[in-house]
Amino acid sequence: MIELENIHRTFQVGEQSVHALNNINLTINKGEYVSIMGPSGSGKSTLLNVIALLDQPSSGIYSLNNQIVTQLDDNQLAQVRRENIGFVFQFFHLIARYSAAENIEIPMILAGVPIQERKQRVADALLAVDLQQRATHRPDQLSGGQIQRVAIARAMIMQPQILLADEPTGNLDSKSGEGIIELLENLNQKQTTLVMITHDEALGSRAQRIIRLIDGKIV
Amino acid sequence: MRYIDVFNLAYRTVISHKLRSILTALGLIIGIASVIVLTSIGRGVHSYVLSEFTQFGTNLIAVFPGKTTTLGLSGATISTVRPLSLADAVSLSKLDSISAALPLVQGNARIEADKKQRRTTVLGVGAAVPEIWKIKVAQGRFLPKNEQANPRAFAVLGHKLSVELFAGRNPLGQRIRIGSDRFRVLGVMEKKGQMMGYDMDDTIYIPTAKALDMFDREGVMEIDLLYNSKIQLKQVEKEVKRLLQRRHGREDFSIITQDQMLKSMDSILNVLTLSVAALGSISLLVGSVGILTIMTIAVSERISEIGLLRAVGAERGMIFKMFLSEALVLSFIGGVVGIFLGIFIVQMIKFAMPVLPVQLAWFYILAAFIISLLIGVIAGVIPAIKAAKLHPLDALRAE
Ligand SMILES: Nc1ncnc2c1ncn2[C@@H]1O[C@H](COP(=O)(O)OP(=O)(O)OP(=O)(O)O)[C@@H](O)[C@H]1O
Ligand SMILES: [Mg+2]
Repeated sequence: MIELENIHRTFQVGEQSVHALNNINLTINKGEYVSIMGPSGSGKSTLLNVIALLDQPSSGIYSLNNQIVTQLDDNQLAQVRRENIGFVFQFFHLIARYSAAENIEIPMILAGVPIQERKQRVADALLAVDLQQRATHRPDQLSGGQIQRVAIARAMIMQPQILLADEPTGNLDSKSGEGIIELLENLNQKQTTLVMITHDEALGSRAQRIIRLIDGKIV
Repeated sequence: MRYIDVFNLAYRTVISHKLRSILTALGLIIGIASVIVLTSIGRGVHSYVLSEFTQFGTNLIAVFPGKTTTLGLSGATISTVRPLSLADAVSLSKLDSISAALPLVQGNARIEADKKQRRTTVLGVGAAVPEIWKIKVAQGRFLPKNEQANPRAFAVLGHKLSVELFAGRNPLGQRIRIGSDRFRVLGVMEKKGQMMGYDMDDTIYIPTAKALDMFDREGVMEIDLLYNSKIQLKQVEKEVKRLLQRRHGREDFSIITQDQMLKSMDSILNVLTLSVAALGSISLLVGSVGILTIMTIAVSERISEIGLLRAVGAERGMIFKMFLSEALVLSFIGGVVGIFLGIFIVQMIKFAMPVLPVQLAWFYILAAFIISLLIGVIAGVIPAIKAAKLHPLDALRAE
């Protein structure tokens, strides 16, 4: 479902150009569990952002569900992100003034889902991440692990086929990190394609496939 | 994304920082309130002045000697002008469309009664004053009819003059002296008060012919005509003009209708209201700058939130709408609160100072409200564009 062909991504910083992705060829099938590993600065986040359609490759072809998405315009990209991709960030990115339930609701508001359906789905999602008691709590009233579970519930609320996670446990202690990984793996069991960046060998090796990046190349 | 959700999100964001939103809206609140208060005063003055003008009665036409093209009350500026005579007034009053004619001469003279004396305005008038000017006789009666040409020396006192000269004694039948001539008091008028700054009560009414002699004038200053309201003003004007042209042999007089006067008054006063509204709008401008500032700050504070929204699928247009509607919600709140504050202040003025003519100008209230929404749009557009332009990834990284 995810097919990357000869993907390059270069950044121009002043005089210098940084080759963050160097000729990436990669296919990820539906329902796969893939981890991306590699040293800092090797291009892991850049690769995930390209897959997430948050970043456009400098050259190469990316097709998602057999549709070439490298030429889509901004609105079309937003729509594909909305409908196909869930993203979990290392730094959570919850909106501080909204409650857990409201943060989870946001993608559905953007997608124009009617309000009754939203309420029902938020309740289900809170149950799935075991936070039904925390629905009205704001992020500053939740622990790091709870915040990340809200973020996962938000990423999954539109039932995307692909879940991307950039070091989802990077800012968590190992115990709550463990809980998050289990949650993600559970979703993978239900046929969600899971692509996760991690620095942790033990975590990375739990995936069906490990992609190792060094200096923007898959090794 | 549904519009109701856009506005709901905007509303919740606005109320999530209450103090800041209140302070931002305050500029607009004060602006709208001041527009309402100022235009209410303008409007009040407007209807006050117009009612002063119609206080003299309606369906009036005035004829002046001399031909003028503007509204200026030029007297006999051209030497060949034939003065308006008492006979002109008599024959005008015989027209079917005219129910009464009042030849008017005005001057100043010293009035003496017993030992008291006072300088006051002398009005040389006919018997039709109560009918045409809508002033009632309080005591005795007014000057007799049918004595235009050779009247007896009767006088009628204004209310204040009567009090000054006779101080509670019955003035009826008393002899007084106006200048060097002797008159007998026939009546006293009711209290009428000020009329455009002119004290109607400090006057004395004598027959026109006597006033012409007293002030040594050839003709009257003005003839006021009361016309039959069932007849078209244009028609009346035409008949008056035709009659006088026949009598004078040419058009050496001017006709000013009350309608014309009211219309020009009205347009002057509208300009007045408009200019105070413009004055109040300056504070609206200040209010809009406040919204612009706070929305610019809001965008830069929430760059990472914008990145998140874009990452979970918000299109540029959605981001634009979200920020624009926040500015709109702010200006809507400012507008509504400002309107209530303005109306409240106007009611307070009415209550505290009943003499001050204030009247709510709904047109301007509506305009102020629409302008406040427009201000929201204008002040919100630039920050909203800035927000929508952000690249999702760059925005996510910000902090
Ligand atoms: N916006 C950017 N502008 C310039 N250079 C960039 C930009 N984003 C990434 N890079 C460069 O691209 C390279 C790869 O960055 P990337 O963030 O993908 O690394 P990473 O593997 O995720 O590292 P880490 O494990 O530290 O998160 C780095 O050398 C980085 O400096
Ligand atoms: Mg990274």
